[in-house]
Amino acid sequence: MNIDFRTPEYTIHRAGERCTNCRICVRQCANEAHLWDEKQKKVLADDIKCVNCHRCVLTCPTRALSISSYPLEFKPNAHWTPHYITSIFKQASSGAMLLAGMGTDKPYPVYWDHLLINASQVTNPSIDPLREPMELKTFLGRKPDSLKIENGELAEKLPPQLELETPIMFAAMSFGAISLNAMTSLAIAAEKMGTFYNTGEGGLHSSLYKYGKNTIVQVASGRFGVHTDYLWAGSAIEIKIGQGAKPGIGGHLPGEKVGLDVSLTRMIPEGSDAISPAPHHDIYSIEDLRQLIYSLKEATDYSKPVAVKIAAVHNIAAIASGAARAGADIIVIDGFRGGTGAAPLRTRDNVGIPIELALAAVDSRLRSESIRHQVSLVVAGSIRCSSDVIKAIALGADACYIGSAALMALGCHMCQKCYTGKCNWGIATQNPSLTKRLDPVVGAERAANLLKAWSHEIKEMLGGMGINALESLRGNRLMLRGIGLTEKELSILGVKHAGE
Amino acid sequence: MSRRIDAQGLYYKELNQLVRQAFSEGVTEVVLDNVNGQRYLGDGISSDGSIIIHGTPGNDMAAYMNGLQIVVRGNAQDATGNTMNEGTIVVHGDAGDTVGYAMRGGEIFIKGSVGYRVGIHMKEYLKKNPVIVVGGKAGAFFGEYMAGGILILLGLSGREGYPIVGDYCGTGMHGGVMYIRGQVEEYKLGKEVKIVDMTAEDESVLERYVSRYADYFGCDKEAILAQPFSKLIPFNKRPYGNLYTGV
Repeated sequence: MNIDFRTPEYTIHRAGERCTNCRICVRQCANEAHLWDEKQKKVLADDIKCVNCHRCVLTCPTRALSISSYPLEFKPNAHWTPHYITSIFKQASSGAMLLAGMGTDKPYPVYWDHLLINASQVTNPSIDPLREPMELKTFLGRKPDSLKIENGELAEKLPPQLELETPIMFAAMSFGAISLNAMTSLAIAAEKMGTFYNTGEGGLHSSLYKYGKNTIVQVASGRFGVHTDYLWAGSAIEIKIGQGAKPGIGGHLPGEKVGLDVSLTRMIPEGSDAISPAPHHDIYSIEDLRQLIYSLKEATDYSKPVAVKIAAVHNIAAIASGAARAGADIIVIDGFRGGTGAAPLRTRDNVGIPIELALAAVDSRLRSESIRHQVSLVVAGSIRCSSDVIKAIALGADACYIGSAALMALGCHMCQKCYTGKCNWGIATQNPSLTKRLDPVVGAERAANLLKAWSHEIKEMLGGMGINALESLRGNRLMLRGIGLTEKELSILGVKHAGE
Repeated sequence: MSRRIDAQGLYYKELNQLVRQAFSEGVTEVVLDNVNGQRYLGDGISSDGSIIIHGTPGNDMAAYMNGLQIVVRGNAQDATGNTMNEGTIVVHGDAGDTVGYAMRGGEIFIKGSVGYRVGIHMKEYLKKNPVIVVGGKAGAFFGEYMAGGILILLGLSGREGYPIVGDYCGTGMHGGVMYIRGQVEEYKLGKEVKIVDMTAEDESVLERYVSRYADYFGCDKEAILAQPFSKLIPFNKRPYGNLYTGV
């Protein structure tokens, strides 16, 4: 007998007295975890197919469904946890690399949770943001060494800048990895909130050109969809060198996801694998990076800031310094917790460093080299809430990108199965019967709401610190204290311990 | 309307500004004299005019180019035709590494030899089918990751004692076709490519581009075509299809 070693991760509970056999769950589950049994005239479940995305739970009209972990335990073993045992089973049967979606779920230290924010008491009184002006406006781009002012006017033209009403942008997610409805939701929300979304490396769908002034277009190693109209379409161009979820490697969008629309946008044949090589093959040095930056500036007549996105890795400070000297106007640092549509599991879970440490190290390095003003710093890869944003800005960031959080606003339930193309929430899929579940108008409203709520919270906390402009918080590490951190961690973060 | 610009001593930024300005003023042919390593010539320009370059243009010539015809009376450097969309480049000399990187449309004719990774990640798209014809020899990783288009390598000139193409030819290839004049040793090929027989259709494609090459550089088409070619195509369009399993 040939035993398949796979066991379910979850089990579906159907409260018999509530279930009316309406079969909505059968239609809603693209994983086919619910099935209609014609003989018994009732709905059954196949636990092994369940990914715990809650779609059936939330669409069940009688609330008959719930899901829990499958009640199966291995003999307890602190070293050989179920994860490693089941991984070996999968690889022994397939001979394949393990693939995962979203950011790492490993219990690495979350430094955001070891940083505390200051507030004013008695002196330097706090400010009430509901009744007093509070400035979140952020400009991203190279700042001049000095300002020349004549007759009250700037005498020299500033380098091109992105103007944000709130220091939060939607991170690069490509059409292919996510659906057009998801992209459209983010584009509309960015326009509404005065911020930016990023095309990712999959080109710009023709229907999204109208959101150009709120768009950052990306150029990655595969150069998918990169042509002159595309470069001119956005307000900034981002060169993707690395991604926090998978530093050092490229990406493969499998041919099954390259339907007509994706193929037209990526400018490749339908059904063809979209392979992004690990490196840009015209970049082998900082000088080569400069060459790509300036080829893009030349192609757009120096009218747009050029960002360089790098993954947070061991020598991040030196790398960022090199990128700044190569002519980047904005450096995006993506921490190792950053999300992805698909990444090899072992890479996702073990490569890179936390964004908090990377950001502090880069900001300190650029300041010590007196080139901090030459670039704006944008951080990504684990921003969960408004206080994470505040902490990032106090550590030295100019703005944050949110990817996972933005998708959760659209309905993502973090089941981490983006790579299957069966996203029941219509986000990480190109299947028309699934993508139509996400209405871009509703999605945009939710994504905009998230930014609105976070912006209010940021103002509230800023006011609490007695600060009325976000600019005064940038790199102001005195507004942070560490809790439960070692001397070394405190010194890298550049913050004092609570009580000091 | 033609305009002559002396590039002597001009920084690339000024030179490119002058070129862009010329096209925006309706000039159809720009002639550049004394070009000496200035980068980014013709980058991102959408026009059906032409640029004639006397001298040696720098890296990233014709990047993102969209329709121009560029003739180089000299050698070209690295990343010529990077991510090019449309147009024609004719180089009366050699060219450097990564010629035609991610090129999606248009044609590049190089009279002499080229460096490493030429035609890397070339693609085809709808009616666009990019073509690179190299008259001499090519370095390693020729046509790496190639996803579409046509690479033709003639071996008419080049460094003596060196093979017509370097190692790892077509590694990662998953689309398009290469025609290499003469034999290519198996060990030089990437593991994703195979040599197959030429068809009548292949012969007519070759004839078309070899005659163009012969016309541009004044050589004997028949003599070039007299030697048989090796045709290289990928084993399949999904070289990495079975690499992963979900967790």
